[in-house]
Amino acid sequence: MLSYTLRRVFAAVPTVLLLVIASFFLMHAAPGGPFTTERPLPPEVLANIQAKYGLDQPLWKQLWDYLSGIVLRFDFGPSFVFKDRDVNDIIAQGFPISLTYGTLAFLAATIVGVVLGIAAAIRHNTWVDYLAVSLGIAAQALPNFIMGPILILVFTLWLGWLPGGGWNGGQWQYLVMPVIALSTSYMGNIARITRSSMLDVLNSGFIRTARAKGLPERMVIWRHAMKPTLLPVVTYLGPVFVYVLTGSVFVDIYFSTGGLGKSYVSSALTRDYAVLLGVTILYGVLTVVVNLLTDLAYAWFDPKIRYQ
Amino acid sequence: MKKIGWLVSVLCVYFSLSGSVIAAGHIPPDVTLAEIQTFTYRVLDEHTSVDPQVVEDTSGGEIVRDLFEGLMNQDADGNLVPGVATGYEVNDDNTVYTFTLRDNARWSNGDPVTAHDFAYAWRRAADPELASPYQWFVELMSLENAGSVIKGEMPLDALGVRAVDDLTFEVTLSAPLPYFPQMTTHATTFPAPQAVIEKHGKDWTKPEHIVSNGAYILTEHLPAERSVRERNEMYWDNENTIIDKTVALVINDENVALTRFLAGELDRTEVPSGQFPRLKKEHPDEAISFPRLCNYYYTFNLSDSGPEAFKDVRVRRALALAVDRKIITENILAGGQTQAYTFTPAAVAGFTPPQTDMAKLTQAERDSMAKALLAEAGYGADNPLSFEMVYNTSEAHKKIAVAMSQMWKQKLGVKTTLANMEWKVFLENRGNQNFELARGAWCGDYNEASTFLDLLDSESGYNDGKFSSENIDTLLEKAKLSNNAADLYTQAETIIATQMPVIPVYHYAGVYMMGADVGNWPVGNVEQNWYSKNLYKIAR
Repeated sequence: MLSYTLRRVFAAVPTVLLLVIASFFLMHAAPGGPFTTERPLPPEVLANIQAKYGLDQPLWKQLWDYLSGIVLRFDFGPSFVFKDRDVNDIIAQGFPISLTYGTLAFLAATIVGVVLGIAAAIRHNTWVDYLAVSLGIAAQALPNFIMGPILILVFTLWLGWLPGGGWNGGQWQYLVMPVIALSTSYMGNIARITRSSMLDVLNSGFIRTARAKGLPERMVIWRHAMKPTLLPVVTYLGPVFVYVLTGSVFVDIYFSTGGLGKSYVSSALTRDYAVLLGVTILYGVLTVVVNLLTDLAYAWFDPKIRYQ
Repeated sequence: MKKIGWLVSVLCVYFSLSGSVIAAGHIPPDVTLAEIQTFTYRVLDEHTSVDPQVVEDTSGGEIVRDLFEGLMNQDADGNLVPGVATGYEVNDDNTVYTFTLRDNARWSNGDPVTAHDFAYAWRRAADPELASPYQWFVELMSLENAGSVIKGEMPLDALGVRAVDDLTFEVTLSAPLPYFPQMTTHATTFPAPQAVIEKHGKDWTKPEHIVSNGAYILTEHLPAERSVRERNEMYWDNENTIIDKTVALVINDENVALTRFLAGELDRTEVPSGQFPRLKKEHPDEAISFPRLCNYYYTFNLSDSGPEAFKDVRVRRALALAVDRKIITENILAGGQTQAYTFTPAAVAGFTPPQTDMAKLTQAERDSMAKALLAEAGYGADNPLSFEMVYNTSEAHKKIAVAMSQMWKQKLGVKTTLANMEWKVFLENRGNQNFELARGAWCGDYNEASTFLDLLDSESGYNDGKFSSENIDTLLEKAKLSNNAADLYTQAETIIATQMPVIPVYHYAGVYMMGADVGNWPVGNVEQNWYSKNLYKIAR
């Protein structure tokens, strides 16, 4: 297991490197640059700026300087747009925010989704099943960019219970709406996957055997059906965890949370090269780590899986 | 040396006659102030910087205007009033300005604000090493040797600024510039605290380090969420400042911002396009609209890469005539924007729009004239005019482009293909004349017609349509040297109205939801250079 993990970690290095190089060249291939503005800068001003940020160097040199800055000094470079901050500042400020509401949304989606799914499967074809399935579909059908404004309308304007946005150090009042908005569609999916997986498992031979030997239904579900039911759910959860962190741009836009999702999308639009690359690397590493953890989790859920 | 008479008289009136008003902090006698004096407003996006020499966006500029104070300020109507300088003198050929600074101006750490702080800041703005994008503004100010200093060919000391003594700041221009004093209200010209900058480097603008000389100091900054500025006790006019705290909240989505305004979380936000009539009806005291210093237009590509058809002035005029601006301003935007028949907005100070034919006609007359012109140019049902119009991706721009192309199709049988592009791609294409008809919009850098008309100067780097008219170039050249250029600008607009290198569509309005308890918002300041220190909150 340990040697497998180490091998995966080493294999991730070229993957991330490839990601950085591809992003770097794609980014530079996009028309316009960070200093393309509505008021074209006079050539001498542009020359000063390009010299300051090293943009006057050949591309390979820019890439080399960037990578060596990261390796030698852990310096992801300056932001070309936000002149008072560098990429390290932007990530250090935005990532903990994304991580906080992302993790909470992930936990909410998983717990509620799994409970709904199991309840629906156990009470198959009863009102519990119908209710759970309807809730799941409704949650999935409402895209989170619609959920955002609706939640603010209801909880801020009509009921006056919650602040309409902001972060405020992550106080719970500021977390409720982002977490709901971010988690619902995943919750619906998880409920659906859990339900169908549980139904499959409950119809399999070893469950029939467990029931035949007289185990109470509760034991059948918890001891025998649970782990195999969750195996496909875990497969789905790995990418979801990365999505809730990286795909949270709408949360940042609607709830002004100050997370990294908005910075990521803006940096692509404003050609803020260093920020774009820095966040790409962060998300790349995150994806690799989460994929590895998912694979390791399989072994726990299914004893038949062994890594050599 | 000649005194600037008008300024002196303005100052006298300001300080003597209305002295009592000033002492009471601009508050009418029947107003009771609210207990909590906090002003909270929405900004669209995170500001780029609060470093006065570096900041380049509007929302950053608003913060910097509160944190720092330049030589001159603007009043509620955009007129110049004293800032750190109490006044200035200018030599006979209008090239040397001498500003006298007040002796009670202080930095937030208690140090006096001196002419050396200004000299340092202006040199810093031109410094190739700082590489501020606003070096172009230093060039625009015509400071002596600005170009060479920016290119690094001359030392910073060679720039035409000098601290004669602690309270006298002298500026030498390479050529007279009638609107130079106006430019000293711009952030780029604000003083900078040398010792603090040298100690903390680029971190000097962080709330824990920053030292500023304006009415407020930066106390909190949560990027992409909020920035907070609070009363600076060291400010020379602190006793007349009423707002204690100003909070800028970043809210990217304008509809969410409106909801939060209605929930009472904000004192000011922008009204989303098309919603003004409804809001005005429901909240008559809070929905406001007033003219702004910006225009919205489409530009023809008149360079070699542009379509042949556009080189025919009849085609350009026909297209411009057939645009029913009333539909655009009243049905699509519906926020108090005005129909544009000149490139320069009528709200610009000292500008008298010419009575062009187009403005005088009814739309029906314009349409029949357009048909005749286009037929004369050889386009009709058997030879339809067709071209591509491009705009940067946005719902609002799309609505207008669709409306314009429909008008042309129905009235003139013109076939247009609409193409939208992401902002940077759009700028790249427009800047390289890789378009046929492209959207444009411009907001004045200062309140004078040349900030708009310079765009149509043959030599201008912003002249994306590559329109070239010797007459316009000559008029603009003359205007630079003239003390009263109003006539020249009117003449230039008359030429534009006949040559039609651009299709002016509308002139902007500031369309806001503004809390009824916000006092003294400067609706008359078309540049919207507002200062928190002049606002107040009324008790409800």
